[in-house]
Amino acid sequence: MDKGRKYWVGEYPDIKAKFIPILCQQCANAPCEPVCPVYATYHNPEGLNTQIYNRCVGTRYCANNCPYKVRYFNWFDPSWPRPLENQLNPEVTVRSRGVMEKCTFCIQRIRQAKDKAKDEKRKIRDGEIQPACVQACPPDALVFGDLNDPASRVVRLAKSERHYRLLEKLGTEPAVIYLSEVGSDASQSRFHSRDKDKP
Amino acid sequence: MPANQDFIPETKINRDLLRPVIETTGRFYLTVAILGLVVLNGLVAFMYQMATGMGVAGLNRPVFWGLYITNFVFWVGISHAGTLLSAILRITNAQWRRPMTRAAEALTVFALMIAGLFPLVHLGRTWTFYFLIPYPSQRGIWPNFRSPLLWDAIAIFTYYVGSILFLYISMVPDLGLARDRVGGWRKEIYRVLSLGWRGTAREWHRVKRAGTIMAMLIVPVFVSVHTIVSWDFGMTLVPGWHSTIFGPYFVIGAILSGVAAVITLMIILRWALGLKEYLTLTQFDNLGKILGAVSLAWFYFFFAEFLTIWYGQVPEEMAVIRHRTFGQYALAFWVVLFCNFLIPLPALIFKRVRTSIPAMLVLTIVINVGMFLERYLIIVPSLARQRFPAAWGSYFPSWVEISIMAGAFCGFALMYVIFAKIFPIIPIWEVKEGQHIQRST
Repeated sequence: MDKGRKYWVGEYPDIKAKFIPILCQQCANAPCEPVCPVYATYHNPEGLNTQIYNRCVGTRYCANNCPYKVRYFNWFDPSWPRPLENQLNPEVTVRSRGVMEKCTFCIQRIRQAKDKAKDEKRKIRDGEIQPACVQACPPDALVFGDLNDPASRVVRLAKSERHYRLLEKLGTEPAVIYLSEVGSDASQSRFHSRDKDKP
Repeated sequence: MPANQDFIPETKINRDLLRPVIETTGRFYLTVAILGLVVLNGLVAFMYQMATGMGVAGLNRPVFWGLYITNFVFWVGISHAGTLLSAILRITNAQWRRPMTRAAEALTVFALMIAGLFPLVHLGRTWTFYFLIPYPSQRGIWPNFRSPLLWDAIAIFTYYVGSILFLYISMVPDLGLARDRVGGWRKEIYRVLSLGWRGTAREWHRVKRAGTIMAMLIVPVFVSVHTIVSWDFGMTLVPGWHSTIFGPYFVIGAILSGVAAVITLMIILRWALGLKEYLTLTQFDNLGKILGAVSLAWFYFFFAEFLTIWYGQVPEEMAVIRHRTFGQYALAFWVVLFCNFLIPLPALIFKRVRTSIPAMLVLTIVINVGMFLERYLIIVPSLARQRFPAAWGSYFPSWVEISIMAGAFCGFALMYVIFAKIFPIIPIWEVKEGQHIQRST
C-alpha cells in the first residue's frame, strides 16, 4: 500500500492537509492488464489484479498505465541489515529486482482462509480474511470483505451516501470504495469533488 | 546526375567507388578504435545495470520510462529515412536519388538494429526477454497480443526484414562487380553474396522488378511501424499520451529526423571517402527542399496537438502541457521548437543554405537534437505529471543511461563504418544507369 497521500483543501489561510491511503484499487476494468506483453499481470477469478512475479520481465508498462500510480518497481534487490531478514513474512516470497510489485490484498491470507473453509466444508465467514493493513489499522478505518455477498459488512458500508471511488470517470471500476469524512460537505473536499468532474 | 555535370567514365566510377573498399587507411582503424571504446563503455554500463538493478538508471516512480524509450523511438524514427528516400524516390523515378539510395537503406537497417536493443536494455529483467517471443513452450504460455509492445515487436521485425531485403536486392549487381574486381579475403564474401550474378538481361530485369516490388511493399510498412510505436503511448490512459494525433505525428517526426540523418551521413561520407563527384550539391539541394517541407508538416502536428489540448482545458492534460511548456522542461520545449521549425524552415528556403555543405551539416544536426528532445518531451513530462499530485515526480538520466546511449550512437557509427568498408556505399550500377539514361535523352 502507498504510504498515504496528502492533499490540500481550501486556499490560504483556510487550508487543510488531507490524507488518504491509496492502495491498488483492484479495478474490474484494469488499465494495467492489457498492456503487459507477457501476461504477468492478469485478472484472477476472484477479481484481483494479480502480479505473477516470475513471469514479469519488467517493461513497467503496467505502472505507466495505472491511473492511481500504485504499482511499484523493484529497482534493486531488497536487502536488510542483519538480523532483520528474520522479520520477513515466511508466507510470501521475497521478489527479486526487475519485477513489478503491487498490493495483492494479502493473497496468501485469502488462500489460507479459503483452504481452511474448504477443510471445514463451509463458506468463508464475513471478516474472516483480514489483509495486513486492515489488521493493523487501530481505528478500524479499513474493512475487507466480499462485495458479492449482500449481507457482508463492506456491502452495508458501501451503501452509505458517503461512498465514492477514485477517478470513477475513467471507467476502471475500482473495487476499493472510500467513505468521505463524516460531517464535512462532500463537495468541499477538493479530493472528492475532483473525483466527480476533474481529477 | 545533374545535367550540367560532365559524364564520369565508367572505369573511373568503378575505381572511385570501389576504392574505399579496397584501400584501408590508418584513419579507418583509428575511427573503429575510438568508436569501439565508447561501445565497450556502454556495454560495461549495461552489464553493471543488469547486475545491480534498474535503479542505477535515473528512473523512479512515476517516471518509469526515460532515456531508453526516448532512444528507442528516436532510432526507429531515424530508420525511416531509408525507405522514404529510397523507396519513394525509386517509385517516383527521381533520377537524383541514384547515388544516395544505398547510404539511406543501410542507415535504416543499422538504426533499426540499435532501436531494437533499447527495449531489451530497458527491461527490468533483460535475461527473460524471450518471454516476449511467441514460441511454443511446454507451459503453453504465449505473449499477450493485446499489448502494444507486442505489436511493436512484430512491426519492427517486419520492417527490419523488409529493409534488409530491400538493401540486399539492389546490392546484388554491385556485389557481382566487386567479386570480379576485388581480391583477397573479401572475394569470398562477394562470391557468396552475389548469388552467381552474371549480369544477363534476365537478371537485370529481375533485380529491377524485385526492387520496385520491395519499394512498393515497404512504404505501407514504414507508415505502420512508426504509427504502432506511437501507439505505445497513444493506447494508454496517461494524460499527454492518450491522443489520436500521435500516429501521423510520429511518422512525420520520423521522416524529419530520418531525412536529416541521411543528409548528415552523406556529408560525412562525402568528406571521409572523397565522393564529391557523386554526392553532388543537387542531392543536398533537393533533400533540403524535402527537409523544409517536412519541418513545416511537423510544426503543423506540433501546433495541432497543443492547440486542441489548450483549447479543451482538461485539467489533467493541462497539468502536462504546463509542465512541458513553462515548467521543469520548458527549456527543452523551446529548444525543440527552435531546432525543428524556427531555425530550419527559414534557413532551408534559401538555395544558398541548401547547397552549402557546412550549413546543411549544422542544420541537420540541429534538427536531430530537436527531434531527440521532442521524443524526450513527449515521454517524460507526461509521466511526471499524472492525475494525483501526490504522485508527481521528476527525472534526469543517470550516467549509466548516458553511457549506454553514447555506446548506441557509436555502435551505430561503428556498424556503418564497417559496412561502408566492406560494401560499396554508393550504388555503382545505379550511378552508371543514371548516366546512360541521361546520355540517351
